Amino acid sequence: MTPVSEEDLQAYADGALEESLRAAVEAHLVEHPDDVARVQAWRDLNAALRAAYNPVLDEPVPERLRLRPVTGTHRHAIAAGLITLGVAVGMAGGWVARGAVYDLPIAGNSSPGFVHQAAIAHAVYSPEVRHPVEVGANEEDHLVRWLSKRLGTELKCPKLGSLGYDLVGGRLLSGPNGPVAHFMFQDARGGRLTLYVSAQRGDSRQTAFRFSQEDKVAVFYWIDGKYGYALSGEVSREALLQVANVVYKQLNP
Amino acid sequence: MNSHPIEQHIPRLRRYARALVGDRYAADDLVQDTLERAWNKLHLWRQGSDMRAWLFAIMHNVFVNQARSRRQDIERHMEELPVIAVRGTQGQQLELMEVDRALRALPPDQREVLLLVAVEQLTYDETSRALDVPIGTVMSRLSRGRERLRQLTAGGPGSSPLKVVK
Repeated sequence: MTPVSEEDLQAYADGALEESLRAAVEAHLVEHPDDVARVQAWRDLNAALRAAYNPVLDEPVPERLRLRPVTGTHRHAIAAGLITLGVAVGMAGGWVARGAVYDLPIAGNSSPGFVHQAAIAHAVYSPEVRHPVEVGANEEDHLVRWLSKRLGTELKCPKLGSLGYDLVGGRLLSGPNGPVAHFMFQDARGGRLTLYVSAQRGDSRQTAFRFSQEDKVAVFYWIDGKYGYALSGEVSREALLQVANVVYKQLNP
Repeated sequence: MNSHPIEQHIPRLRRYARALVGDRYAADDLVQDTLERAWNKLHLWRQGSDMRAWLFAIMHNVFVNQARSRRQDIERHMEELPVIAVRGTQGQQLELMEVDRALRALPPDQREVLLLVAVEQLTYDETSRALDVPIGTVMSRLSRGRERLRQLTAGGPGSSPLKVVK
């Protein structure tokens, strides 16, 4: 009889043994109680590993893993959705924040693509009751570290408590230029603001504070170096400008 | 809801990634990078072939490419490694934590083989193709990985060997 190999014992434990070898392995095990114990230990280990990780199957899949890439027909579908949402930011000319502490130069006239994305993200996520964010404010350090890692820069999360807005949390989004950091803030009445941070293609440049009114959503945005920032909320232009100034100052101390 | 075949595999990709890297967020990063590649390379997938094995092969490549930076990251945040999601009694929870901790001590190549065989229940042949190594290598890593885990979980006096958790 051919000797039973280590591989045969492993396969026997995993239920992967060729049927023609089964009799030989079982005969071997009758003679070798040590190997019986080893086979049983391997089977117990398999079962313990499955028991340890099977609960992951029942967890809800995070939003960020359910996003499909924007290509071909998907892009048309999103464009259609954009019209439905009434989001058509940016054809209007820029609005310079004259009262702003930081008097940045006036940039060109058309709003960059990320402003559209930011307005959509605000419209989609801010009404969300159960899952407004992926990582909550109770894990702020982790959130900032995680998003910084994904964006490849050291992000800061502004503190808006003095204006009555507390951090709800944030999430990672996928934008045209890669990962996007999305922070959400909320006031005592449940009014929400979102800050959208994304990498910009092309030359590093600065823009002034620019303003877009999108249906009910107001957006202040600016580009600073390689990153674009958009602050969105269903508040007045003046109220949003006040917050935008504080955000800008905190991010550029 | 129509869901694409790729999407149907997400829960199992998450299970494997969680077991492989431990940290919940790092694991979902791995899944996300895998999915991004899979969507981009979908035209390369052969109709009729096993999509799950194809996705595990992509995840293996992403895992290997990112191993260095992830290792540094995990070392930096070692104290923050979260407890894996578990239900059940305190006793079970301890046992599952023990499994998870022991897995971290295994070399990644042995961990991959063990998890694909034991948890994902791929055949040796599928495992060999997913990891792009000969089947003999699969068998030897499996054997060494199991032996190492046995030592880690049943090593010291007073510790009990792993039992099946019911």
